[in-house]
Amino acid sequence: MENMSGARALMKALEKEGVKEVFGLPGGANLPMYDELYKSNIRHILVRHEQSAAHMADGFGRVSRKAGVCFATSGPGATNIVTGLATAQADSSPMIAVTGQVPVKMIGRDAFQESDIIGISNPVVKYAFQPREAGEIPEVVKKGFYIAETGRPGAVLIDVPKDVQQNEAEMVFPDEVRIRGYHPWTDPDIVETERAIEMLLSAHKPIILAGGGVIISGAFSELQSIAEMLMIPVVTTFKGKGAFPENHALSLGPIGMHGHAEANKLMTEADCVLAIGTRFSDRSVGTFEEFEKNLKIIHMDVDPAEIGKNQTTHVAVVGDVKASLRIMIKLLMKRALKKSDDNVWIKHVNEVRDYWRQNLKIHPGELSAARILRKLREVLPKEAIVTTEVGQHQMWASLFFDVIHPGTFFSSTGLGTMGWGFPAAIGAKTARPDLAVVDIAGDGSFNMTENSLATSVLENLPVIVFLVNNYSLGMVAQWQRTFYERRMIGVDQKNCPDYVKLAESYGAQGIRAQSLDELGKAIKAGLKSDVATVIDIPIDPEEDVLPFVAPGTPLKDMILPS
Amino acid sequence: MIVMWAILSILVENKPGVLFKVTNMFRSRNFNIDSISVGITENPEYSRMTITTYGDEKQIQQIVKQLDKMIDTIEVKRLDEHKTVYRELVLFKIKVSKAADSMEINKLANAYGAKVHDAKKESIMVELTATPDQISAFEELIRPFGILEIARTGIAALQRTGA
Repeated sequence: MENMSGARALMKALEKEGVKEVFGLPGGANLPMYDELYKSNIRHILVRHEQSAAHMADGFGRVSRKAGVCFATSGPGATNIVTGLATAQADSSPMIAVTGQVPVKMIGRDAFQESDIIGISNPVVKYAFQPREAGEIPEVVKKGFYIAETGRPGAVLIDVPKDVQQNEAEMVFPDEVRIRGYHPWTDPDIVETERAIEMLLSAHKPIILAGGGVIISGAFSELQSIAEMLMIPVVTTFKGKGAFPENHALSLGPIGMHGHAEANKLMTEADCVLAIGTRFSDRSVGTFEEFEKNLKIIHMDVDPAEIGKNQTTHVAVVGDVKASLRIMIKLLMKRALKKSDDNVWIKHVNEVRDYWRQNLKIHPGELSAARILRKLREVLPKEAIVTTEVGQHQMWASLFFDVIHPGTFFSSTGLGTMGWGFPAAIGAKTARPDLAVVDIAGDGSFNMTENSLATSVLENLPVIVFLVNNYSLGMVAQWQRTFYERRMIGVDQKNCPDYVKLAESYGAQGIRAQSLDELGKAIKAGLKSDVATVIDIPIDPEEDVLPFVAPGTPLKDMILPS
Repeated sequence: MIVMWAILSILVENKPGVLFKVTNMFRSRNFNIDSISVGITENPEYSRMTITTYGDEKQIQQIVKQLDKMIDTIEVKRLDEHKTVYRELVLFKIKVSKAADSMEINKLANAYGAKVHDAKKESIMVELTATPDQISAFEELIRPFGILEIARTGIAALQRTGA
């Protein structure tokens, strides 16, 4: 036992969790913790807006699979991180947000910079704590990391009143904690796994649907083993993009609203799906009713509440998907599997895939989405980490940027938060300074958090912003062209700002690429640069993302480029 | 889609904010609370919430799973109404227009095992502890007199031993 302030205990508890960096912005109500941060070994990375701190922590967490940590003050500082909490929670990303709060006696009196962040954040976090005594802090931090990182990971808020930071107490730092109502570990059921195998083996047209859960649990080699053992083609959700190498012979790419034509087509033809770590989002499946028609669904997920939530499941294997897949592999190895070269389904799969890979029409311009993203793939090392913003560029990335090295592609897929990609890339670079990090961005999204250029430059966290610039809120513009008879409103961003000058004004590198050749050189310059690089790539503002499954329609009604 | 009535018995951490989280889950996921009662249990660290709700089988299963997933819930049970004792307490304030009304109301109250309180010239208060069906039946019988006010507690329920 040691006597110390709550703020000191907070830093010590964070250090015990292995935290080396926090992203944040100080204010009145978190000054005591900042004073202790000053004295600690933890690096502070200063942001220009608290939302970016949360996205950085989120990006850090997704890449390292350890909770990223962000700090914000009370009131507006706390409300500014709400979007970041919701984004992390929607994508099951481990994150800890520590906010300052007004002193306990002032809570409920509408004090200056008081916000009821516990009440506000409740629906968008996995759990929220508000310690009322300094002595609670070590246990709260331990529980916070335990909740954020285990089971289905998520966002945890720790709201610390200023006097709780200042007060001294005898501190006990627990090595482990138990929470009565929280049981994140379920051992995968062997009987159910056997049933799943039987169902897969008796299917004529089986398919694997890999979701984000495969990436979160790092079950890449297990997924590949199962696919290869059973010779089953693999589609992914958008969040699961890169769970399986997209240059693999069995890879068909993502399904969904802007899925690959071959993936959507073959998904609708399949008679049995092994769905791993997915919540069957509407963006992935089109319509729930049509998706499950004539389809046997085997669902593996760590979260029992996902079983049967959106789709009717025939076999459910609840547990960490990596553990479940390992059991499946063991059980499969006991069987004598006949590998047939004369597999009608695989032949058909290959035909459909080859047809669409050769015949999907792309925009004719030199700087079409497909060509610039293929150029990026060609130049970028395969281990590089890629994040995206939200919009057309994100869906083009899904269609035209192949993820070769599993677990190197991250996007705000659930909440669809514009402005996420750039700060998340900075968070990713913090976790993996040895790797190149690229944010595939659109101009509309980048505008929302572009002031993170200051953080990137001053904190020496160089990333590349691959700015697919159509001078507009392109996805909305596409919907207005498609569904609202070209009544274009609120989408024209004009040529403002000048992104080269913007980058330079922050001390970053700004390059405009007006040909594929210039683009290749710009990416190489970005990879060598010590500062952030913004590559402004002007494209045709009228280019649409196709194929397109219109909202509320089934995958089979996919609109193709004409 | 067959809509059914379900009684959920939820053991939760007895601490501030838990009721908010549970009810907020119902709101945010588009489920409805039909009745709710909350009270401390034999162990002061826990409270028991009894929630009744309507939905089809899939919705009720989803409600149970979402409740189970919450970190502040210790145990969630869906009670079979045939193996459960469930009761609700209700207070009726009933209008008395003429002297005969008073006698009639007293008679009905007796028949239903209800207690009469606060008998005044212009109104009578009746306390009834019963199942929701019995309460509805009683309510229909006294409606002609004129119901001035109603206060209901929501259902409390426990499973029968060995059931």
